[in-house]
Amino acid sequence: MTRRKFFRYAFLAAMLLFIYLPILILAVYSFTSSTQIGAIRGFSMHNYVTLFTTPELRNMILGTLALAIGSSILATILGTAGAIGAYYSPPGISNLMQTLNQVPVVNADVVTGFSLCILMVVALHVSKDTFIPLVAGHVTLSAPFVFLSVMPKIKQMDSSIYEAALDLGARPSAALFKIVIPQIVPGIFAGFMLAVTLSLDDYFIATYTKPATFDTISTYVVNATKGAQTTIKTALWALSTVIFAIVVLAVVFMNLSAARQEKGGQRVD
Amino acid sequence: MHFSRKSLGIPYFIFLLLFVVAPLIVLVFYAFTNGQGQFTMQNFTDFFTDPNTMGTLVYSFGISIVTTVVCLLLAYPIAYFLVMSELKAKSTVVMIFVLPMWINFSLRITALKEVLSFLEGNLAMHPFLNSVIGMTYDFLPFMILPIFTTISKLDDSLREAAMDLGANDRQTFLRVTLPLSMPGIMSGVSMVFLPAMTNYVVLDMLYNSTYIMGSLIGSYFNAYDWHGGSMISIILLSIICLFTLLTSDQEDESLRGGALL
Repeated sequence: MTRRKFFRYAFLAAMLLFIYLPILILAVYSFTSSTQIGAIRGFSMHNYVTLFTTPELRNMILGTLALAIGSSILATILGTAGAIGAYYSPPGISNLMQTLNQVPVVNADVVTGFSLCILMVVALHVSKDTFIPLVAGHVTLSAPFVFLSVMPKIKQMDSSIYEAALDLGARPSAALFKIVIPQIVPGIFAGFMLAVTLSLDDYFIATYTKPATFDTISTYVVNATKGAQTTIKTALWALSTVIFAIVVLAVVFMNLSAARQEKGGQRVD
Repeated sequence: MHFSRKSLGIPYFIFLLLFVVAPLIVLVFYAFTNGQGQFTMQNFTDFFTDPNTMGTLVYSFGISIVTTVVCLLLAYPIAYFLVMSELKAKSTVVMIFVLPMWINFSLRITALKEVLSFLEGNLAMHPFLNSVIGMTYDFLPFMILPIFTTISKLDDSLREAAMDLGANDRQTFLRVTLPLSMPGIMSGVSMVFLPAMTNYVVLDMLYNSTYIMGSLIGSYFNAYDWHGGSMISIILLSIICLFTLLTSDQEDESLRGGALL
C-alpha cells in the first residue's frame, strides 16, 4: 500500500470513528448500571427493562410511530394525487403548484412550525389538543417531498397507455388505479418512506403544534437531556441503541434485497 | 361521474393554499401589526436597533459559515476518497457513512453530549466550538451524499483526457474534478448552511442556551410574543429566499430529495 493510499484509508477510518464512536459508547454504557460515561460499573439490563415497562416511555414511542405513519399516509395520498393533477394541469397552475410545493422544502422547520402555529392556534383558535395542528404540520412537512419523488416517475411514464385504456373502454378511475398508479409505485413508496423519516426526525413542527401532554421521541429526548432524572436519561441510551440496531438491520436488508434484485435482473437478461 | 386527471390535483392545491400560503400571509400580518392589530413598523425597527438581535444575527452567520466550511472540508475528502478508492460496492460503503441520519437526531446529539462532557467537562465553557462540533455531527451526512453522488457520476474520460494532455494529479483535481463537482457541493452547502442558522435545538441540548437566529423565534414563542416572532420568521425567510436564489443556478435540484433517502 502506497503512503497516499494509507493516508486516504486512515482519514476514512478516522471519520467513521467520529461518526460512530459516540453512538457505540452509548450502546456499551446502555448495558451497564452507570449513569455517566467514564464511570465503570457492572453489566445490567435495567435500562432496557425501564424502556419497555415505563408507560410514559412506551406511550411516547407508540405516539411517535402512530403520528409518523398516520401523517405519512395522508401526505402520500395528497402528494401523489397532487403530482398527477399538477402534471396534467395547464402550465400556469402546474408551475404555481410546483413553486408552492418548494416553499416548505426550502423553508426552515422553525419558520414552518411557527407560522402554522400562528395561523391555526393564535389566529384561528384551533386547540392543539385536537392534534389537528400537529398532524397538519407533519403533512405540510412531508407531502412536498412525496410530490417531488412522484413527479419524475409521472414524467417518465408513457401516457399513451392511459389513453389506450380509455379508448378500450376503461373508466378513468379504473385506468388511474390499474394503469397510472402501478407505473409510479416506486416513486410513491420512496415518498412514503421519506415522509416517515421526516416525521420521525422532526422536532420543530412538533414543538410548536403539539398538545402539551403529548411528546414525540425528539421533543421527549430534548426535555429529558435538560432534566435531572437519571433513570429516564439512561433508559434513552437503550432507546438509542435499539433504534441504531433497527436502522442497521434495515439498511443491511435493503442492500441485500437490492443486490438480489440486480442478480435476478441479470438472469432475465 | 365526470373525472379527469387534472381534478386529482385539487385537494393538494387547496392544501397548499391553506397550509403554505395562508400561514405566510398571517405571518406578514402579525409581523407588521402590534397587539391592538394596528399597522406598525416597530417590530422591524426593533430587530435592527436591538444590539441583542443584531449580535445574534452576526453570531449565527459566523456559526453557519464555520459549520459549513468544516462539513465541506470533511465531506469532500470522504466522498472523493471513496469514489477514487478500489473498494467494491462503493454505494454500500457510502451508506455506512450516512447511516446515522436515520437515527433520531436527538438521540445522536445525546450520545455526542455524553462524550463531549466526558472530554471537556462543562460544555457551556466553549459555546462556539461545541456548536460547530454538534452541528457538524448532525449535518455531515447531508454534505457527504450529494457530493458523493456528483463525483461518482463524473465521466472518467474527462480526467483521463486531462492527464493525457499533460496535467498532473493536482492540476487535474483543481481544474477538472473540483469544478465539475460544484453542483454537489452547492446542494450540500444549502442543506447545511440554512439549518445551521435555524436548528437551535442542537445547541439547546448541548449546553442549554442558544444564540442563533432560530432560537429567537423560540424565545418569542415562549414569551407569547407572536408579533416579534413573526418578524424574526419573515427576516429568516428573506435570508432563506436570498440564499436559495443565489445557490439555485449552481445546484443540482435532483440531489436534494435524493440526499434524504
